[in-house]
Amino acid sequence: MAEPLPPARPRSPGVLFTAFTALALKGFGGVLPVAQRTLVDDKRWMTREQFLELLSISQVLPGPNIINMALIFGDRCHGWRGAAAALAGLLCAPLVLVLTLAALAQGLRGQPLVADALRGMGVVAAGLVLSTAVRLAGSLRASPLGLPACVVLVLATAAAVGWWRWPLAIVVLGLGAAATAMAWRRVGP
Amino acid sequence: MTSLWLGPGLLGTAELLHLTTHFMMLSLLAVGGAITTAPDMQRFVVREQAWLSDAQFTASVALAQAAPGPNVLFVAVIGFNVAGLAGVLATLVGTLVPSTTLALTASRWADRNRSSRALRAFTVGLAPVTIGLLLSTTWILLEPTRPQWTTAALVAATLVVMLRTRISPLWPIAGGAAAGMAGWV
Repeated sequence: MAEPLPPARPRSPGVLFTAFTALALKGFGGVLPVAQRTLVDDKRWMTREQFLELLSISQVLPGPNIINMALIFGDRCHGWRGAAAALAGLLCAPLVLVLTLAALAQGLRGQPLVADALRGMGVVAAGLVLSTAVRLAGSLRASPLGLPACVVLVLATAAAVGWWRWPLAIVVLGLGAAATAMAWRRVGP
Repeated sequence: MTSLWLGPGLLGTAELLHLTTHFMMLSLLAVGGAITTAPDMQRFVVREQAWLSDAQFTASVALAQAAPGPNVLFVAVIGFNVAGLAGVLATLVGTLVPSTTLALTASRWADRNRSSRALRAFTVGLAPVTIGLLLSTTWILLEPTRPQWTTAALVAATLVVMLRTRISPLWPIAGGAAAGMAGWV
């Protein structure tokens, strides 16, 4: 392996916009893996370590990870203009595409075959979300909370929101605060 | 008659504003990404307001996953199906403005304080809550198809494909469309 090149910087907000448009359009079912390939391997705008650091900050903040990442990266490069350019690049072209699809699907709603296809796609959509949950669950084994407490928290959250249909605000603020308080004692100073 | 701007035309200004503010509240709670707030979007849009059916809600999410781009765009499809382009504006502004504002102001703080005890406790504590929210999202998305055993089989097949292979999620989605058209789910 050659020495990693010193990371370059996108020259202007326009360059950021084009790069994020291109990577958004390549991202089927999630843009994050494409973002890593583009920003780290192709463009060399950041190192792998910088990417992971950016990802961990984006995960802590509320909102979609990839959106937070684009905002923070754009902001670091070119201030608010960079943030706006990266965000617009990520959203504009895919938004037009997905709304075109939605309008087509709405126009064809009377067609039973379209309704059938969408119903089947919905089942797979649920499976995709479940696979994200399963993949993330692996990391709970190393959690300072301990696996039993984590399992209780997972099940309590799922039951409260999915089964009893409590408002999300109550569950996230309640269980989230309790879990953070428990973690506070475990993670140490 | 469905118009492009207002969609099915059920919503007035007050209701559009209500939609925006509800999604704004959810934006700040979206600790594991926007999809973790989908159960509450469904509770609001389907159960409370009856603007969409269960089938339309799930189809909105499925459609967004079949298209390229950030997954958060499923909120735009929900908005479109509720109230046309005005609905897109309501759900997208609601979902993005609070979290992006917070991300820009908080990132520098988080950057400097990544080793702080509070931030570590928050990250550790919210990890299991996020996974619980993803499980409830799965459950809610299956609302229209849940009683059939073939649904469970298709979910299991998707899970295996996603965990064991590196193929694009586009293929399982195409498979789901085919399974639906064949009348299996």
